Formats: sequence, C-alpha cells, structure tokens
Amino acid sequence: MSTPVAMDACPRVSRRFRLQWEEAQQAWVLLYPEGMVKLNQSAGEIMRRCDGSRTVAAIVAELEQAFGASGLADDVAKFLDLARGQQWIEG
Amino acid sequence: MSATGISAQPGPPLWLLAELTYRCPLHCAFCYNPVDFATSGPELSTDDWLRVLREARAAGSVQCGFSGGEPMLRDDLEVLVAEAHRLGFYTNLLTSGVGLTPERAAALKAAGLDHIQLSFQDSTRELNDFLSHTRTFDLKQRVATLIKENGWPMVMNCVIHRLNIDYIDRIIEMAVELGAEYLELANSQYYSWALLNRDQLLPTRAQIERAERVTNEYREKYGDRIRIFFVVPDYHEKRPKKCMNGWGNVFLTVTPDGTALPCHTAKMLPGLAFPNVRDLGVREIWYESEGFNRYRGDGWMKETCRSCPDKEKDLGGCRCQAYMLAGDPAEADPVCDRSPAHHVVLDALARAEAGKGREVPLVFRDPAASRRLAG
Repeated sequence: MSTPVAMDACPRVSRRFRLQWEEAQQAWVLLYPEGMVKLNQSAGEIMRRCDGSRTVAAIVAELEQAFGASGLADDVAKFLDLARGQQWIEG
Repeated sequence: MSATGISAQPGPPLWLLAELTYRCPLHCAFCYNPVDFATSGPELSTDDWLRVLREARAAGSVQCGFSGGEPMLRDDLEVLVAEAHRLGFYTNLLTSGVGLTPERAAALKAAGLDHIQLSFQDSTRELNDFLSHTRTFDLKQRVATLIKENGWPMVMNCVIHRLNIDYIDRIIEMAVELGAEYLELANSQYYSWALLNRDQLLPTRAQIERAERVTNEYREKYGDRIRIFFVVPDYHEKRPKKCMNGWGNVFLTVTPDGTALPCHTAKMLPGLAFPNVRDLGVREIWYESEGFNRYRGDGWMKETCRSCPDKEKDLGGCRCQAYMLAGDPAEADPVCDRSPAHHVVLDALARAEAGKGREVPLVFRDPAASRRLAG
C-alpha cells in the first residue's frame, strides 16, 4: 500500500488519460488507448476538479458546498487513493 | 446487458473502427481482412468519411480507430484525424509503421492524434528477417523513436502464431528495447486468411503453455516497465469469447467501401444485408438496420445456448465462428465444449498436434491470391 493522499496535495488527471464529459452517456469518462472508464457521478465530480491547481482540501470544500453536504473528506480521500492506484491521477 | 437478462436494446456505438483501405504493403498470412478484399468496391471519399465521423460522434461514439489495410496509404488521414479530434473522439491509429515519416508523424500530432498502436506485423514471409532484428527492427526503431518524440504512449502489438510463438522471448525483448509501455501478444484467431492457413498457424498446447510461462517470467523481470497482455487463442479454450462484447453492442466497423458491420468479419454471414454509410445514417444503421439487430438479445439463440447457464457470460460466442465451423451463425460457437460441432475445433487442435501444417504451403494475403480465391 502506498501512503494516503495528503490534504494539501494538488492531484491532476494523469497524462495517460483524458477526462471528458460524454453527453450520450450522461457521464464523465476517462479515455486511454483503445479503452474507456465510465465514471459514476461522484467519481466524475471529484475527477473534474483534479486539475493540478486545487488542493484535496479545496476539492472537498467545493464538493461539500456544491452538494450541500458535510464530512466528505474521507470519501474523497478514499476515491483519490483508488484513482492513484489506477494511475488516473498524479501529483 | 443487465444483471437480470440480456437486453436487445443497445447503448451507443461507443467504438468506431474506420477501416480506411484494404491496400497494404504487407502480405500477412493471418490478416483478418476478408479473403476476397480485392473485389471490394471503391473506397469511401474524404467527404464520406468526414460525414461518418460526424454522424457516429453524434450517435455517441467516443473511441475512433483508423485501421486498414495500412491506413497510412490514405493521404487524407491527417484530415480525418483532425476532424475526429475536433469532434471529441479519442483517436487511435493502427499501423505497421510503413509510411510513417517524421513529416507525417508531425502532421498527425498537429491534427490531434492521441495514440498509435504499432504492429510487429511479421508477414510470416519475412519471419526470419523479423526474428533476426534486421530490416523490421530498423523500421520499428525509427517509428518507435518518432512515437516517443511526439509524446504518444507506446503500444505495440504482435500477432502470435505457431511459427513465431517459440520466439516470444525475442519479441518481448524487442518491445522492451524499443521502449514500449504496453505490449499485446495477440494470438491469431482463425478467420479470413488465418482460417485458410490454420494448419500452419495454430500452435500446439505445449507451445501455448510455454509462451504463457515465458511471458509471466518477463512480467516478473520487468514489472511496471512494460505491461504485457497475452491473448490466448480461443481454440484452446473450453468456453467461447464474448465476441465484440456483444453483437451490435459497442462496436461499429465501417469497411473501406462503406459497409457498416458489427465486427470486422461479419460480412461473410449468409442472408444478412448490411447497410452502407453512403445510403443510410449511422444512427439508423445502429438502431434500425436488420443486420445490426439480428443477433442482439437472446431471441435468436438455438437450444444449446438458450438453456445454458453461461449464456449471459459469453452470449453464445462468435457468430462468424459458428457459421464458419458449424455452418449456422445462430448455433453455439464451436469453441464451446457444449456445442454439437465442438469436434471440428478438436480436429483442428489434433491436426496442430500432429503438425499437419508442414504438408501445405502458406497462402499469403495479396490482391492476386484474393482475386483467385474470390473467383
């Protein structure tokens, strides 16, 4: 196991993948050579904010504001760990 | 597909394979282009392809593969890639590297090409050359350098068969030496030219087992440096593959003359009229044409598949293989050991074990052979 994502890290979508909104699928997808990962809504909302400028803490704050929720930090961190394991994000 | 059954209602055609041309400088004895390719009608024009790209994207296609034949032989490739990129496709070029000059690589990069899959297409006629790292290696080295210089991910593909499978260690080493990040060792499947040459190309079980063992040793040795995929030939399996992830489910092929197909080889199937993109829009082709609807869902299945507990896993396998080996595209794929025609696959495997392929020469893919075989 690698170390968990730090709250002050600024993750960005890895150069191996391209993130885009697909109207036909009503979903954010990650595209890579000859393949695609369709993200569920919460994964899409997190990934679209991984642009290398926002800290994890800022992403959490934005999501809590956007969805009128609180206590999302653990879920976001858990997803980002998974995303890093899949090499979807770096940094 | 859903957990509760097999749906006849497809999602969008997520994958568009644009087979731009059947022309090719190579003569691979395992080519999946139809045996009668040389009698195919005129190629689609640039404007036709641009329209197909727009229609497919509007229908929800997102991955676009430019293939062939050798797609570099189309001098409008850069125009097509640029439009596909502008439309939001992820663009893949599947090439042998022949014709990929620094100038064209730069133009493709500028057009927004996302990925090149470079094939080690030993045409088998040149197997010795391929294995001895001479001309093939020089060409692939030049192209691999271009791919890296342009910042594309480096994906290599090698079709594996009886005549090269024992040299799989050299093939992997070549890929590592060239700096590939991904290597697909794709065992030949037996359609089209490969079916003609099956006795010469189908490996023995011992060959497959050794190749898998060697591949695993290299995976341990190189770890993350290169990801190696090993695709087993389905003749050596007991259950069929879920062909194309389902008929008319995600995959749309457009052939050089504009015929729209659910897979590369479906044109061979009898009694099915496949639409042409010159006559019909992509959305109508995908959702409404008889050709695309015929083997969706499970209503078409015969008893062997209909009552099978695994039918959702593999959807009865491949329709083309059922037609080629059992004479009926609605039968179970004979690769399945529950198929009444499974003995045909066992016979082919027995011929491979007995080395029957030594008795006849390989038939190489070229236009003259194609016209002769079509005649």
